[in-house]
Amino acid sequence: MEKHDIILFILVAIIVTNLIRIMPMVLIKGQIRNQFLRSFLYYVPYVTLAVMTFPDIIQMTLTPLAGVITLLVGIVAAWYGLGLFPVAVICCAVAYITDFLLV
Amino acid sequence: MSSESNGHVSDISMLFLYFRKKSVVQIIFLYQNSCCKLFFCTFAAVFSEKNHHIESINKHREIVEGLRLGLPIGLGYFAVAFSLGIIAKKAGLTVSIGFMSSFFTRASAGEYGVYTLVAAGATYAELVAMCLVTNLRYTLMSAALSQKLSPATRWYHRLLMACCITDEIFGISIAHPGYTPPVFTYSAAFISTIFWASGCAVGIMAGGMLPASIVAALSVALYGMFLAIIVPPGRQDRNVLYTLIVSFLLSGLCTIVPVVNTWSSGMRTVVLTVLIASVAAWLKPIKVNVDGEA
Repeated sequence: MEKHDIILFILVAIIVTNLIRIMPMVLIKGQIRNQFLRSFLYYVPYVTLAVMTFPDIIQMTLTPLAGVITLLVGIVAAWYGLGLFPVAVICCAVAYITDFLLV
Repeated sequence: MSSESNGHVSDISMLFLYFRKKSVVQIIFLYQNSCCKLFFCTFAAVFSEKNHHIESINKHREIVEGLRLGLPIGLGYFAVAFSLGIIAKKAGLTVSIGFMSSFFTRASAGEYGVYTLVAAGATYAELVAMCLVTNLRYTLMSAALSQKLSPATRWYHRLLMACCITDEIFGISIAHPGYTPPVFTYSAAFISTIFWASGCAVGIMAGGMLPASIVAALSVALYGMFLAIIVPPGRQDRNVLYTLIVSFLLSGLCTIVPVVNTWSSGMRTVVLTVLIASVAAWLKPIKVNVDGEA
């Protein structure tokens, strides 16, 4: 692709991606009263993040086993209430060490 | 302010000078610190004007909290965006286009899809379809976040907050107790987006310089953060715990079962989210409160 085409292409991507984000926020005004919808939206973040974490975390590391160990250690660390940053650092360290030992 | 911004620029050049000498984590910390100072000053200056004293103290606290949570997210972003930059370079993006593209799109899977389409010389119809599928989860997140906003929130704050949504910014915005104040989301989104965009730019410039083991280890940071967001509520609410276990199992199954395993990760996320959250809402509806918390 020419540089000019790439810029246009990416401009379209930026517009579409942000419209997707904006639409629901504009269309939904105030609090939703419907119990099913509220419950649905309550569960959405947990399901979304869980689905994105697994199995992707296993595909990120050099060996799948390192990903599994990282996942388990991460779950235990999060279970005992360590914050976002500590859990992230622990996962990085475990992934690096296990990859180092297994590869 | 100008001396702050010079410090920021010199840190970026240092990043390259010491790329091989120092450990990556050390450099990212160095970079983080100067960014933190710079953006805290900017935000404090922008938001402290025209406000009553107590309100501005509250706002400062929210901004600091947003930056505090935005920094580790930015660290994870930097690593992921770095690997994204390597792909962007293959597609023919320049450093500045990569930076702007990442700054305004802020979508890992979505951007990955776009860059592969650029490389393939695809049509605009394909581009729009790709953006819709890989980013459809943001529609769900935006709908969920709309329930966390105070009814008094102005329309432009709603629009801006919607644009801030990424997986992680959504995660911490939802986890904020009570109504989520816009400044909290803005400061977290702003600092993490700077890392996201610079990560992509650095990836385009210096891609391939880091050993694969370090890229792999840094990429895992993001998932660690996801776990820290979803696991503690699962400990408190049994229904959330069951939902998480089912999500993990079905998501794992989806990558093995034929036909389904050809879905992109964005597609899988959307289908499983709608399916599992619907069933959970149907089986275990939540008690509806009067306040902002769903």
